Amino acid sequence: MSVETDVKTLVIDEQEVSARAGQTILEVARENDINIPTLCHLEGLSDVGACRLCLVEIKGSNKLLPACLATVQEGMEVSTNTERLQKHRRTILELLFAERNHICSVCVSNGHCELQTLGQEQGLTHIRLPYRNPELNVDASHERFTLDHNRCILCTRCVRVCSEIEGAHIWDVMGRGINSLIISDLHQDWGSSACTRCGKCVQVCPTGALFDKSKIGSDHPKYPEFLPYLNLMREAQ
Amino acid sequence: MSQTITIDPVTRLEGHGKITIQLNGQGEVEDAHFHVTQVRGFERFSEGRPFYEMPSLMARICGICPVSHLIASAKACEAIMSVRIPHTAAQLRRMMNLAQMVQSHALSFFYLASPDLLLGMESDPKVRNILGVAAAKPELGRGGVALRRFGQSIIELLGEKRVHPGWVVPGGVTEPLSTEKRDKILAMIPEAYANIALALGAYKKIADTFKAEIAVFANFPSNYMSLINEDESIEFTDGALRLIDAKGSTVEDGITATRYTEVIGEAVEPYSYTKFAYYKPLGYPEGSYRVGPLARLNIVKKMGTPKAEKELAEFKQLAPGLVESSFHYHHARLVEMLYGVERIEEILADSRILDKHVRATAGVNRLEGAGQAEAPRGVLHHHYKVDENGKMTWANLVIATGQNNKAMNLGVLQAAKHYIKNGKFTEGILNRVEAVVRTFDPCLSCSTHAFGQMPLAITLVSAEGEELDKVVRG
Repeated sequence: MSVETDVKTLVIDEQEVSARAGQTILEVARENDINIPTLCHLEGLSDVGACRLCLVEIKGSNKLLPACLATVQEGMEVSTNTERLQKHRRTILELLFAERNHICSVCVSNGHCELQTLGQEQGLTHIRLPYRNPELNVDASHERFTLDHNRCILCTRCVRVCSEIEGAHIWDVMGRGINSLIISDLHQDWGSSACTRCGKCVQVCPTGALFDKSKIGSDHPKYPEFLPYLNLMREAQ
Repeated sequence: MSQTITIDPVTRLEGHGKITIQLNGQGEVEDAHFHVTQVRGFERFSEGRPFYEMPSLMARICGICPVSHLIASAKACEAIMSVRIPHTAAQLRRMMNLAQMVQSHALSFFYLASPDLLLGMESDPKVRNILGVAAAKPELGRGGVALRRFGQSIIELLGEKRVHPGWVVPGGVTEPLSTEKRDKILAMIPEAYANIALALGAYKKIADTFKAEIAVFANFPSNYMSLINEDESIEFTDGALRLIDAKGSTVEDGITATRYTEVIGEAVEPYSYTKFAYYKPLGYPEGSYRVGPLARLNIVKKMGTPKAEKELAEFKQLAPGLVESSFHYHHARLVEMLYGVERIEEILADSRILDKHVRATAGVNRLEGAGQAEAPRGVLHHHYKVDENGKMTWANLVIATGQNNKAMNLGVLQAAKHYIKNGKFTEGILNRVEAVVRTFDPCLSCSTHAFGQMPLAITLVSAEGEELDKVVRG
């Protein structure tokens, strides 16, 4: 029996489901209409398990696993929405909101921001942590786009799409922990980098950190769903 | 022994303010000040932001007249981009600005001022509010609510939100007007006319009973400034500024947004966070001037719409020469609301309003730009500087309330001197002192570009600085 045809059966939220070996818990859950919140995950890109919003509980294990990276096992019993997980998710979101300067009311992504939507879905009403209010730069040196570090949540979608899909690898991350920063090329202005101006990073950015110049507010919906199609068409060639 | 009366907070205003009245040893009013007590800092925290974010950022200064900020800001951005926006976009913005003027004037007249006007300056303070008006004069109360809704609904139809619509952007507007929305606005117009007629009728009937107030409510000669069209008709969105003196002669004409800073300066007084604008060639305080409905109607020669034209002629008869008492701001507001509705109807009658081309695009073509518009309460001026990437390096805003600041202070002093004798005052007297400020419909939030909501307080202080009496409302 080849790996591809190896079927695993498992339970997600008391629902019996079957999956192919090698599939992630997230993939299988979504195939079965079970919602697990995600932020750094985007269909069409590799997963890094950075945001930890998709953490799930596995029966018999004390460890919480990121559903985007954990693969299914035979007989697994997965819980995706326990009180403990909800609490963790809300805390993660609060940390994200407190870390930089997220002012929804005047943000370019207000109304179609993934961070904002998750905050609403997870019932976030307050940020219990003190805001850090860091002084961060806005890189407006690019002819067509702007990078506002104040709204960046370091999901690295831009890094991955530029490297994996566009093949340019303009974006990367410098620094560690709370001091991490998205940089273009070797930490130079975006405008003077080797950027191909394709705009994929802008489309996949979940917040208002990357946006088209001169666009504001409701004016700026993003269309990250182009990625799977792009991959599909490339594989077909 | 001298004393000071403090009214803190002053109620039925947009924002936080207080009044202090200084009495001398004989109990006569020596001096009086209107203090704006909040600090905000929009000019500072806009630094470093991309300039095209400015309209939506600056609109957050105020929930009453965000549209004026959106327009003045977008125009400053367009000066930086060096673009001329499509005609339809300009007309759509004009309509939104007029809709906001109607709703803001309705708020000022019905919600904030009408309790004094319809129930009386001395009426029971417990019911001297919009609910009291609604109980005593239900038709007028309903009319006021409906007029406010009229303006707000147009703003919502155009920009999808009643407050802080993101629809006005540098270069024009984001969405053209649909036939369906146009028809919805047109359908609301007859009711708006009826309600304004009702208010005008009611106001004219009672205005004569306020002769004493008219005489002392900031009733003095002053300069005036407002936007005006080349044909000398009233203008809220485009045109250029004209400054006239107390006799009505033009002192300076054709003040564009770019020239504004050449001729207008801002003075600072220790007692208020709001600056005091003045005409530079005359210096401060001689160069102080009034803006807003009274200034506009004193300056323009015509309205340009038939119904409002008749009302303007009648308004100009209120006094020989210029209409000087700030009490007449109330009347001027009603005339302007009528003009607003007529003009909106005219704009919608032109089929070009449905044109789909409503936005011009460009990058940074100049490092400095300024824009101006008439807010309901007077001239609003935004002035920005950016770096070559379009990031804000500097901003300055001159707000209507700053331009009326000197007149409001003099008005408070005039009324206080008239009403307070031998150190004696009643709640009704203090209400009249507050009502002077209300005639200007100042926006204290805008004027300090600051945080907070509304209330005001009066304090009576002795010559030795001792607080003798205080009336607080919050």
